[in-house]
Amino acid sequence: MRYDEIFAAMLKRAKELLADGTVNRVIGWKRGEFSYDVTPAVFETPEELDAGFVYDAFCGANVSKYLIRESEKPGRILCFLKPCDSFSFNQLLTEHRIRRENVYAVGIPCEGMADVKRIRAAGIDGITGIREEGERFIVSTLYGEESMDRREALAERCLCCKSKRHPVFDELIGDEGEDAPDDARFAEVARLETMTAEERFDFWRGELSRCIRCNACRNVCPACTCENCVFDNPASGISQKAAADSFEESMYHIIRAFHVAGRCTDCGECSRVCPENIPLHLLNRKFIKDIDELYGAYRAGDKADARNPLVNFTEGDAEARIVHERGKA
Amino acid sequence: MQVKEATGFVPTIVAFCCNWCSYAGADLSGTNRLSYPANVKIIRVPCSCRVNPIFFLRAFQRGADGVILCGCHPGDCHYTTGNYYTRRRMTLLFSMLDYLGIERNRTRVEWVSAAEGQKFAETMRSFAEEIAALGPNRRLADLRCRKDAEEAGITDERGSGDAV
Ligand code: SF4
Ligand code: SF4
Repeated sequence: MRYDEIFAAMLKRAKELLADGTVNRVIGWKRGEFSYDVTPAVFETPEELDAGFVYDAFCGANVSKYLIRESEKPGRILCFLKPCDSFSFNQLLTEHRIRRENVYAVGIPCEGMADVKRIRAAGIDGITGIREEGERFIVSTLYGEESMDRREALAERCLCCKSKRHPVFDELIGDEGEDAPDDARFAEVARLETMTAEERFDFWRGELSRCIRCNACRNVCPACTCENCVFDNPASGISQKAAADSFEESMYHIIRAFHVAGRCTDCGECSRVCPENIPLHLLNRKFIKDIDELYGAYRAGDKADARNPLVNFTEGDAEARIVHERGKA
Repeated sequence: MQVKEATGFVPTIVAFCCNWCSYAGADLSGTNRLSYPANVKIIRVPCSCRVNPIFFLRAFQRGADGVILCGCHPGDCHYTTGNYYTRRRMTLLFSMLDYLGIERNRTRVEWVSAAEGQKFAETMRSFAEEIAALGPNRRLADLRCRKDAEEAGITDERGSGDAV
């Protein structure tokens, strides 16, 4: 389905479900300051929907984390979830973070979301909108229209999509998608693994030293939902706004990635929001890859009754020295 | 006895030991008058599972050159299953440190029972030697926490800011 078709179907369903009283509110997306700057928003009436609700290739934002708060409020909320978002939603259900009965989840199909950073990198500025034409995106700008190959504008996470299937939903718009995980998403991790320790160290220093500790990657993450976060604890030693030392940069990123290990659905939101373009997904995917290799294939958010590999074990698990031995080979 | 390299470098080593097995193992090695390096600083924890990744990072931040975690052998945990969780957690942590280019040999997990005084002393000796050979921890050190930074040759390892 095209974005405008999905949008029309969502708008229609939202109005119907509001009218028949199934839901009291709708969470969707609205424009921010700029056309590509889209944020999740809650709508309560058909008029509000008509005035603010948008959906296009810039609506990559994952709304599942908002459902934690929203499902605590009285009444029911309607949400539209892309397959990625459904995995996050399901993971949150597994962790009992969302009141399921207060959410009406509609799964929508997804052919990938555009990454404004990549569009800009292609030299397109003054972006005012995006639409699709066959296999191309047409980006409207202050200076006229530009056409771009779809694959050149898609977000990295969409180029190696995990699944088009919704692990959980109340109803679907479009067909039930296929579950075809793309193993290419581990290619970059594997490449880093073959480097020497010195090269890896230099690579990560180059990346992590750009971090301005805006905490956006933590705040956006649907797996990162503790009420009291270690990074807000002054006694943690890493609660400063900006990293004062290279140690803090490493510490922040190791801990952030570790805290979501086994729960990260690889939705890619952290890398999307990072203003410094730090490839955070390469940290998360390292954990996913290690877990798959050491403890068997596991996908967070796939099954609501699955046990997180970090709170599970078998008597025959590898010893930690496997890391040292593997490295020698 | 301290483990020294020819360079005179004496590493600081932090050993987290679980109360029920490894700490008792350390005790036994003491009562048996077995020597192990004096630069190993033991921190007693109720169970190896009490150690979260921040403990390791904090130890490095505060000047450790090597960090080792000792607990009961799998199957012998005082709390039945604590060390099974430890095993997964530490394997993943060590792998991540390695991935970030931090020398993997600076970290280790070893199972030492209350009856293994000998093993405790030997483990500490071999670990201390390994760390002495590696030299000071530079890649995961916090300059502000090391008074001996200059001596140990530790500089701010922050990159230039350019992605490689
Ligand atoms: S760590 Fe990143 S990819 Fe993983 S769930 Fe959080 S935002 Fe998504
Ligand atoms: S979003 Fe980027 S810059 Fe902000 S804290 Fe995370 S890694 Fe650092």
